[in-house]
Amino acid sequence: MIDWMKYRYLYFSISSIVIIAGLFGLFQWGLNLGVDFKGGTIAEYKFSKSISTESISGNINKDIIDVNSIQETGKNTYLFRLPPLSSDQRQKVKEILLGIDDKAEELRFETVGPSIGPELVKKTIFALLISAGGILFWVAYQFKSIKFGVSAVLAMFHDSLVLIGLFSLLGHFFGAEVDFLFVTALLTILSFSVHDTIVVYDRIRETQKKTGEDLVDITNHALTQTMVRSLNNSMTIVFMLIALVLLGGTTIKWFAVALLIGTVSGTYSSPFVAVPILITWDQLEKKYKK
Amino acid sequence: MNPLKKVFLIIVITLIAGYISLPHIVPIKVNYKGLKIDTGIVRPNLNLVGGKFKIEKNFDLVLGLDLAGGSHLVFEADLSKLSAEKKKTAIESLRDNMEKRVNLFGISEPNVLVSSFEGKERVIVELPGVKDAKQAIDIIGKTAELTFAEITDEEKGGIRITDLTGADLKQASVAFDQKTGKPSVSIEFTDDGAKKFTDLTEKNVSKPLPILLDGVPISSPIVQEKIIGGRAQITGNFTTEEAKNLSIQLNAGALPVPVRLVEERTVGATLGVESVNRSVKAGLVGLLMVLIFMILSYGRMGLIADLALIVFGLLTLALYKIIPIVLTLPGIAGFLLSVGMAVDSNILIFERFKEEIKRRDFPNALEVSFGRAWDSIRDANIATLVTAFVLANPLDFNFLHTSGPVRGFALTLALGIVISLFTGVVVSRNLLRVLITEVKK
Repeated sequence: MIDWMKYRYLYFSISSIVIIAGLFGLFQWGLNLGVDFKGGTIAEYKFSKSISTESISGNINKDIIDVNSIQETGKNTYLFRLPPLSSDQRQKVKEILLGIDDKAEELRFETVGPSIGPELVKKTIFALLISAGGILFWVAYQFKSIKFGVSAVLAMFHDSLVLIGLFSLLGHFFGAEVDFLFVTALLTILSFSVHDTIVVYDRIRETQKKTGEDLVDITNHALTQTMVRSLNNSMTIVFMLIALVLLGGTTIKWFAVALLIGTVSGTYSSPFVAVPILITWDQLEKKYKK
Repeated sequence: MNPLKKVFLIIVITLIAGYISLPHIVPIKVNYKGLKIDTGIVRPNLNLVGGKFKIEKNFDLVLGLDLAGGSHLVFEADLSKLSAEKKKTAIESLRDNMEKRVNLFGISEPNVLVSSFEGKERVIVELPGVKDAKQAIDIIGKTAELTFAEITDEEKGGIRITDLTGADLKQASVAFDQKTGKPSVSIEFTDDGAKKFTDLTEKNVSKPLPILLDGVPISSPIVQEKIIGGRAQITGNFTTEEAKNLSIQLNAGALPVPVRLVEERTVGATLGVESVNRSVKAGLVGLLMVLIFMILSYGRMGLIADLALIVFGLLTLALYKIIPIVLTLPGIAGFLLSVGMAVDSNILIFERFKEEIKRRDFPNALEVSFGRAWDSIRDANIATLVTAFVLANPLDFNFLHTSGPVRGFALTLALGIVISLFTGVVVSRNLLRVLITEVKK
């Protein structure tokens, strides 16, 4: 049997390195907030020929409003990032684009006022707290121990931190934006994380009933028995998500990336964060009681 | 019921689900060595009539705005000038008038909802398939309060607003000036309004009568004589479109409070079609990888899991159509994710089986694995359902997200989990009992 728990400080170190790198990114560059959070306009247009982004940007800047960026998203398809546009400004932008190419087509147009962002943050925090509370309650109830519940929730927050931190780095280096879908991903990975954790816990519970072994031995058993399942199950999710990242199109690419990070981190955090916390807590508790 | 009968039942359910999952028209295109077939099989819709009962169902996938194309608009109402009790009625009539305008604009299946968060009152307007979002916004979002004024002091240009307003209108329509051919809006007053109008014109013969829209004069015709009959024409400097918009607004009624657009998401139909195609491609590639992976990892049992996964896919699609679930792009992602998660129960069971087979004979090991794995499958999936519940927010709590795409994602994910419990446990268990244990004997 593999003595997984022997290396628990190694796991804590790996987690710390990833989280610290993420926190460094957060403090250094923050998150690359999309229009959902800071307000603004994104508009995607398809042209019948390739265009010069500089001249278009110059035209719009001169007459209407400063273009934040123009990014090519596909063949002759360009994504414009602009400050929030009024109805008239929007019409003018459209006229300029039609002037360049009369077959220009508006694929999508999103404009969000500045008041939406803070609400989104509040609602997300509420949702996070309710989900975490619900899961904490469920796990603590099912396993009749607050230790199980708290360590599962801590592993969940570990995954959230990893995702937020890595997105700060991805945002800085690859332009990944934090938007509505990111929030959805953030909440979804909570369930990934706890899903795997519960499977391991369940094994611990089952073995506990049968043998009166030490918790460390029991968890080592449980981890050995569930490791292949955790990996295999993550593989099938990873397959679906990689297909989405590569083939799914620009709108949900980063959403799929966020879910992918969550899947990997969630798989890692069950045996290597939740369980070590549980063990450490248990040992500390015993030490204090003595 | 013995396993054989159960498997038969599963096959029947799968066939029904598979039939419902088919698109309405199944295209058949063959182009091979001069042989050219380009036709389609039409899947008939359900149409049952039995006495009083009538069941009609067309089993088409309902696509959300981001896939079918359309506009999602959020207007925020300015209620600062209203007292608390008036706010509620104002919001209701705001919603009603906006909905009337949308209907008059001619959008099919619009959705107009009220949402409030921390004292901010909003109206969400969803317009599937709208071609010109800007025009829609202009029509829906403008207060369009029509007022008639009279000149009190001709030299200084002083005016007095009268009590004749847009609320006194019976009907408005677009008309064209007989002489100039320019578009104008012809209006008809209610009986009460007609009386006010007669009095007003009588008092102001040979004086201008300014007509104001949202406080801005749009026309100021000179009254020739007293007008009886309650009909008038507003000849502003309109384009045909503007005249049409104004008549829609007047017919629906002015908005009780001013609103402003705080959010717009418009997706063109082309992008929607592209998103669907890309997602289908990604889904098929991902599915294929999962199917191969399961066979490579678990051999014959993996094949059974694959069968169960296909049953899962067909059942899920059929349920999307039956319920129906509005499918959005994140919703499709939720579905694909649930495909990846659906084999989880099988993996759990098969891993357990690898241990149990060392101790027991084949059928026994199979039953024990299913029994033991069930606890963790149940507990783990309930935890996932908790987060899906918070995301879907079915009780419409204002402090949680109420956005369509997020809900779409949560709904498909939750439905996927529930169905995967059935296919992963019941379906694969019975398939295994019949197909594999029989061979062993």
